[in-house]
Amino acid sequence: MVSYILRRILVSVVLLLVASFLCFLLVQALGDPIAEWAAGMRQRNPNGADAAIAAAYQRAGLDTPLLSRYWTWLTGFVTGNWGTTVNPGQTAVEVQPKIMHSLWITIRLVLTAELLAIALGAVVGVFSAVKRNSFWDYVLTAFSFLMFALPLFCVGVLLKIGGIQFNNLLQANGMDRWLVTAGYPPGGFTGSFGNQVVQYAGVYLLPTLCLMAISFALYSRYERASMLDVLGADYIRTAHAKGVSSKRVIWKHAFRNALIPLVTVGSLSIGAAFAGAIITETVFGWQGMGYILVQNVNRKEPYMILAFMMVTAVFIILFNLIADIAYTLLDPRIRLD
Amino acid sequence: MAASADVFQFGEQASSSGVALSVRDLSVEFPTEDGTVRAVRNISFDLHAGEVLGVVGESGSGKSVSSMALMGLLPKSAKITGSVKFGGNELIGLPEKQLRNVRGNGIAMIFQDPMTSLNPVYTVGWQLAEAYQAHHKANKKQAWNRALEVLEIVGIPQPDRRAKQYPFEFSGGMRQRVMIAMAVINDPTIIIADEPTTALDVTVQAQVLDTLRQLKDEFSAAIIMITHDLGVVTGIADRVQVMYAGTMVETGSVQSVFTRARMPYTVGLLSSIPRAETIGTRLTPIKGAPPSLINMPTGCPFSPRCPLSRADCLSVEPELVMVDEIGHLARCLHWDEVAATDPRLLFAAAAATDIDDVLPDLGIDPGLVTE
Amino acid sequence: MPVKVAPPAEREFTVQARSRGQVVFRRFIRNRTALVGSITLILLVLFAFVGGLLWHAGINPDYKTFEPPSAQHPFGTDQLGRDMLALIIRGTQFSLLIAVVVALLVTFIGVTLGAIAGYVGGAVDSLINRVVELMLILPAIVIVGVMAIRFQGSWIMVAVFLGLTTWMTLTRVIRGMVLSLREKEFVEAAKALGASTARIIFKHIVPNCADVIIVSATLLIAQAVLFEAALSFIGLGVRPPDTSLGLLINETQNYLPTANAWLFWITLLFIVLISLSVNFMGDGLRDALDPRANRVRA
Repeated sequence: MVSYILRRILVSVVLLLVASFLCFLLVQALGDPIAEWAAGMRQRNPNGADAAIAAAYQRAGLDTPLLSRYWTWLTGFVTGNWGTTVNPGQTAVEVQPKIMHSLWITIRLVLTAELLAIALGAVVGVFSAVKRNSFWDYVLTAFSFLMFALPLFCVGVLLKIGGIQFNNLLQANGMDRWLVTAGYPPGGFTGSFGNQVVQYAGVYLLPTLCLMAISFALYSRYERASMLDVLGADYIRTAHAKGVSSKRVIWKHAFRNALIPLVTVGSLSIGAAFAGAIITETVFGWQGMGYILVQNVNRKEPYMILAFMMVTAVFIILFNLIADIAYTLLDPRIRLD
Repeated sequence: MAASADVFQFGEQASSSGVALSVRDLSVEFPTEDGTVRAVRNISFDLHAGEVLGVVGESGSGKSVSSMALMGLLPKSAKITGSVKFGGNELIGLPEKQLRNVRGNGIAMIFQDPMTSLNPVYTVGWQLAEAYQAHHKANKKQAWNRALEVLEIVGIPQPDRRAKQYPFEFSGGMRQRVMIAMAVINDPTIIIADEPTTALDVTVQAQVLDTLRQLKDEFSAAIIMITHDLGVVTGIADRVQVMYAGTMVETGSVQSVFTRARMPYTVGLLSSIPRAETIGTRLTPIKGAPPSLINMPTGCPFSPRCPLSRADCLSVEPELVMVDEIGHLARCLHWDEVAATDPRLLFAAAAATDIDDVLPDLGIDPGLVTE
Repeated sequence: MPVKVAPPAEREFTVQARSRGQVVFRRFIRNRTALVGSITLILLVLFAFVGGLLWHAGINPDYKTFEPPSAQHPFGTDQLGRDMLALIIRGTQFSLLIAVVVALLVTFIGVTLGAIAGYVGGAVDSLINRVVELMLILPAIVIVGVMAIRFQGSWIMVAVFLGLTTWMTLTRVIRGMVLSLREKEFVEAAKALGASTARIIFKHIVPNCADVIIVSATLLIAQAVLFEAALSFIGLGVRPPDTSLGLLINETQNYLPTANAWLFWITLLFIVLISLSVNFMGDGLRDALDPRANRVRA
């Protein structure tokens, strides 16, 4: 097991290196972030502009050829120097603290939503399969279809409106507005522990529901299909023939086997979960990873985008590894090698 | 109905020797998109303690469905009618909880494909122990010990080590032995073996059959051996039941049925087996295919393929009648003709494109044959 | 003893035989949701492309702002004075076009790479697997977004890059299927007859994956529609002055508490219609091609 993990890490490092180069090229394709400012400079100050412009390029590290730029950035990145924003029109912001802060905000959202989605999805999927074609199965199926048809941002917008209405209701009844529909509190959470929990819930509830909704629908459908598959297997027939109770057949025999494909699907959708988080945060006005991304792509900030992509990549690799290990724990036929 | 009257006679006489299972007019129907499939039609028989009953037939003859029906293992959409009496209790219509007490306990089943019949994510020992704990109040240790016991009985070497392994670490033959172990762990009265050797090599087949024979004696259990392999039947069965198109068409002792078959289908089955004497001659299959179980025609279901088919065969399905000796029944209006015909010739003519081609192979002068 | 030989009777007690295509088609038609989905989709396509040709208004802000729905403007006008119906037609066009391009691209790449990886194995398989892993760790949303900005929101570029970043799952699925099909006897037979590798892969193995490919392609279309809408919503997809359903949602979400909320709802309706109809059709196709064995009339 340990040797497997070490080998995976080694392969991952290589992958990350290749990925980093591709990302670098991608950011290149975005164009020159300083060009606009430079054009403005030239207009305002046709004579003295050149020196300032050259200085700006140098500070940004954009004055050298591609490969050396890449090398400089790479060596800096792995030693913790992630660079700064390059737009001379604004004060330079350090990339690392900004990314890490927003990562912290986002990761809690992603983890909570994904774990809840898998757990609830699995259980609901089992019920759906066992009580196939019953009323609840149809309700869940209809819900799932709707969720697949609604893009995440629509779910978010609807939840936001719902949240505002709920708050209005609270206010009308003399209570404080609770659900936060716009913006993540920049100062974090304050007050006693109990207070903080309430605040936390108020901030995280709607976005978590939003991010969960579609994943939950997906996982419950997957689990349902997987359960139906497993329930038709010969070994289930054997279990019944042994005289084992139906409940035990479902939860001990079928569920374990049906969970395996779900873990595969779950691990593959970490990437999607991050993408979903970006959209959810945009809807709810959080200044998390999503906000960072959109803002910096529009401003063509190379180092921000690079750090963003690398951090996301590392997380995806990490979660995939965890999922693979979970997979072996579930299925004794799988040997890690 | 007259059919059950015949069997009832035979059943009455045998009851004194201990009837383990009594089946009367068992029928199973499935609704499908194309119509109702009548998979099993009016099966009646008795199974005695310690007896081995071989049930033979082609795919789709209803042999598996009838056994699954008495264990209550068919999907909910199946419509089961008739009576199955086990130990004085009626099994058809029994509530699930009580049926569960019988399954794996009084009546145990061994399925066809050992490769997929065991749960891949649990150890073999765990699965055996579960079978024991489902019907006995035992703790983990006791159940595990019992599991080791039966593994040894079925001839699995190093049971304590093997019990901790997973099914994928066992070969096909070993897995089938595990299935047999699972079936006998609770000392059943009846073991239903549904094509237990079909998926195995011939040598492994022989070993598995030996194990079953040995267990039958040790546990004095009755066995219903479902198979399409007549060789397996002669190897282990006392009585045989031939099924076609969802119903029994011939039944009796193996000796009687195999040497004096009275239903053309049985004759066809027996003569289609390749034998040493027939090397060099054409094999004689039964031409055609079994009828659709949805649109069952009137008359004998075998008549389209039967060389002895007459007008009366097409109008009404024959009853099971006693032929030859007590206990030997056949469903044919012209069984006496079958008795009088050389079985090797019955299907030979139909199999040949030109009758004159095949007769010389059998040493018969074509001029002797009349239309 | 003379042998009486009677020819076997001619009666056939069988149900009428049908070809596989007919069976699949029949099953599909029987499925009401699939049928409704397909018809809706066809209507949407007609709406977007034929309707687009026939409708008089363009997407320019030529009209009064916030007009309620009327004969002139069946969906009213928006905050910039653009005809809502024209905007929706345009948005639907893009959604459908982008989705189809993405589906075609992904199917092409996915099937080719997956089949080659699965069949050829060895170093080629390893290489393709590494590429898949690499692509999986790069966030698609960033790549497509960056390229969309680079090409100023050109819909074809959005489609192409969306396709180039989402082919990985299909590749894995196809690879898995090919790995198991490769061991089957018909492949051995084809090899024995001297068929070339390419021929075996594309004429023998891939058609056996047809079911999975068809269903995948349909679901990809649905996914692509939503992905594009999401990108446009956050501003990394189709950009003004052009329009997309996602962009429209972004622009109209603020009017939900007001009297002009219909602008939002009508856009949402169309997004839901498109993806629901494609989803239903895809599900129906999946059921028609491979129904469960224990599917009997209740």
